[in-house]
Amino acid sequence: MINAAGRIIPDQIAGLGKIRPYCGPFATTPEGRLTGPKIRLNMPRSEKLVKSIEQAIEAAGLKDGMTISFHHHFRNGDYILNQVVEAIAKKGIKGLTLAPSSLNDINDAIIPFIEEGVITAIETSGGRGKLGKLMTAGTLAKPTIIRSHGGRARAIEAGDLKIDVAFIGAPCCDSYGNINGIQGPSACGSMGYAMVDAAYADKVVAITDNLVPHPVYPISIPQTQVDFIVVLESIGNPKGIASGALRISKDPRELLIAEYATGVIEHSGYFKDGWSLQLGSGGASLAAAKFIKEKMLAQNITASFGVGGITAPFVDMLEQGLIKTIFDVQDFDIPSIESLRNNPNHLEMSASYYANPHNGGPIVNNLDVVILSATEVDVDFNVNVITDSNGVIMGASGGHSDTAAGANLAIVVAPLIRGRLPMVLDKVNTIVTPGETVDVIVTERGVAINPRRTDLIDRMKGTGLPVMSIEELQKMAYDLTGKPKPIAVTDEVVAAIEYRDGTIIDVVRKPV
Amino acid sequence: MEKKLRRAMMFMPGNNPAMLQNAGIYGADTVIFDLEDAVAISEKDAARQLVHNAIKTINYPCEVAIRINHILTPYGLDDLKVVLAAKPDLIRLPKAESPDEIKQVDEIISEAEQKYGFAAGSINMMAAIETAKGLRLAYEIATASPRMVALAIGGEDFIADLKTTRSKDGKELYVARSQLLLAARAAGIDAIDTVYSDINDEETFIAEVNMIKQLGFDGKSVINPRQVRIVKEIFTPSEKEIAHAERVITAYKAAIERNSGVINLDGKMIDTPMVLRAERVLAYAKSAKR
Repeated sequence: MINAAGRIIPDQIAGLGKIRPYCGPFATTPEGRLTGPKIRLNMPRSEKLVKSIEQAIEAAGLKDGMTISFHHHFRNGDYILNQVVEAIAKKGIKGLTLAPSSLNDINDAIIPFIEEGVITAIETSGGRGKLGKLMTAGTLAKPTIIRSHGGRARAIEAGDLKIDVAFIGAPCCDSYGNINGIQGPSACGSMGYAMVDAAYADKVVAITDNLVPHPVYPISIPQTQVDFIVVLESIGNPKGIASGALRISKDPRELLIAEYATGVIEHSGYFKDGWSLQLGSGGASLAAAKFIKEKMLAQNITASFGVGGITAPFVDMLEQGLIKTIFDVQDFDIPSIESLRNNPNHLEMSASYYANPHNGGPIVNNLDVVILSATEVDVDFNVNVITDSNGVIMGASGGHSDTAAGANLAIVVAPLIRGRLPMVLDKVNTIVTPGETVDVIVTERGVAINPRRTDLIDRMKGTGLPVMSIEELQKMAYDLTGKPKPIAVTDEVVAAIEYRDGTIIDVVRKPV
Repeated sequence: MEKKLRRAMMFMPGNNPAMLQNAGIYGADTVIFDLEDAVAISEKDAARQLVHNAIKTINYPCEVAIRINHILTPYGLDDLKVVLAAKPDLIRLPKAESPDEIKQVDEIISEAEQKYGFAAGSINMMAAIETAKGLRLAYEIATASPRMVALAIGGEDFIADLKTTRSKDGKELYVARSQLLLAARAAGIDAIDTVYSDINDEETFIAEVNMIKQLGFDGKSVINPRQVRIVKEIFTPSEKEIAHAERVITAYKAAIERNSGVINLDGKMIDTPMVLRAERVLAYAKSAKR
């Protein structure tokens, strides 16, 4: 069938069953009630501490075919996921579904256990490196399900993703299972993604290298949700968890894109006192912080709140009073973690609060402006952040489609040409974020406004910004690079891209 | 015809395809594809071919210049042979020391224009003064060919020739900059300042651009897109300056219509230099808007 994003998707996908097609960003009305974990009893004076990961696996009752979850706040410094999977393999448990909030390069170490059948399915935000290649090759028994951060929170709360055992890396954990992410040698800052897992998994195992006396404060994940505690010597490599302060790019092309994006914001009508914003953590998106800050200072404008993935340039704006409150689902560098620890206006939030479309209203609904990156865009403003130009999975959905749908102004920044490849295509290889939720595409050679946004088209007149149609932008790229041939793919579906509301917006087919 | 502005003339190494591809996007008034110091001897031939093809293929939205190797080196004449066929807007000769060099390059360009059917005189020239010897003949160099549109000072070589080092405030270049500017003005062509190579020292760069603007320079050679933005900002007149210039021009036009010899604005007499200055301000303002 053809879904509302114009993609041909199968009615049924082997391993996933019948497919609900994407119908539009807010076309699906949810029904039913939230799910919940099994009711449990924990007696007074009982002991949650177990001696090892193996003991925790046994105590949690993990069996063949169950679903296990992890959170990715430790990024490339994560020791937990790999160790737990190895311990599970040793116990001879097979056929598990791995459902981490995302995967990093470091998790390539679990590939042997996938090949042995310990893990036979993955539901996550995306894949990089060898794991991305493995997903694309169709090695898993079921196609991988790719969800946005908000979509994952929704799926967990709605029962689409039923977590049997959640393994939670706890930078600070007290003896009865209260957890925070801001204290200890493996501090990662916000525990936002893990909060949803803890609240909805049948069993929750906290794994820490910093066990402290009860009660710890502040509490991000409460003792009421934690069943077992394992103490390891180290749960992560601090160097991989958070870098030193992320710095603004010096790449002139990224700076130029950032400058144009800032120009769009300045003239959009949303740039006024009390506005709100989210910036990405890389390249041009982060670089926009430099120019936005200059404009806010020059025009005496402050923001009521900022959202994200938090980085040092954002924290600087909080400390200078340019942003009043930060809502934080994940931290990318040490200054952000320190700010969450020390600044009362820097607030931790769960992935559901951040972006779940099916609750009383996530914070993305209140966003004025978001700047997002892209791997590819197309003339219908659809965005791909998952597959590369060879059709291989190499990125993650993250909060891309969530913030684009929620924000008043969703700006996508991307170089028009990468190497010898044009980045504005007739059709992106894989749709992650539908074009109807993308307002502006900013490249180093021109700015294209979604024709739906006639208001923005009017506002950008006479601003000096290089505004043009998306077709003109594409032509500029094609004039230099030529038109790329479409990727040849087989019929085999290796991944399903689930939109945040649970419908299928696209599928990844195995390249020839 | 509108005067061509050369506020930021940006060097790009001629042997870097990615940089050549993106050279036009940063708003430089002129991009200068360098075949000289930025290109190793082993890459000279590849670079001139690459530059030739870049100019033929890419539609640059600005003036396109090529810094050739000096014609007394083994590369200069070959550079010209290859790149002139692509019809660059401007040839920049480094280390100019005599009007004869200019005349020689002029002749080669004339032959190429004829050979390729380009309009005679359509390819301009500029020269960089990089030695004390060259500075003594700056005016003669500037007037050696009608193709000459600018003189530039090549600071690093010049300072070496002076046997000194570069200071932050550039006092050692003060006389040379002034003499070069006088020669350029006497010849009626642009004066372009030297590069500032520490791209991370924005503070000194900003001070230097303000200084050379005050001296009267038309622009500056830059080596990084980040410097383009700064130069253009400094060379862009303030709103107050623009408003005043517009009023001067309006008063001037009104006086001409009235056939009145005396022009008055807010009780002050307006004379020809003020009108010329106002025209210059508006030209810069108009260009900044684009």
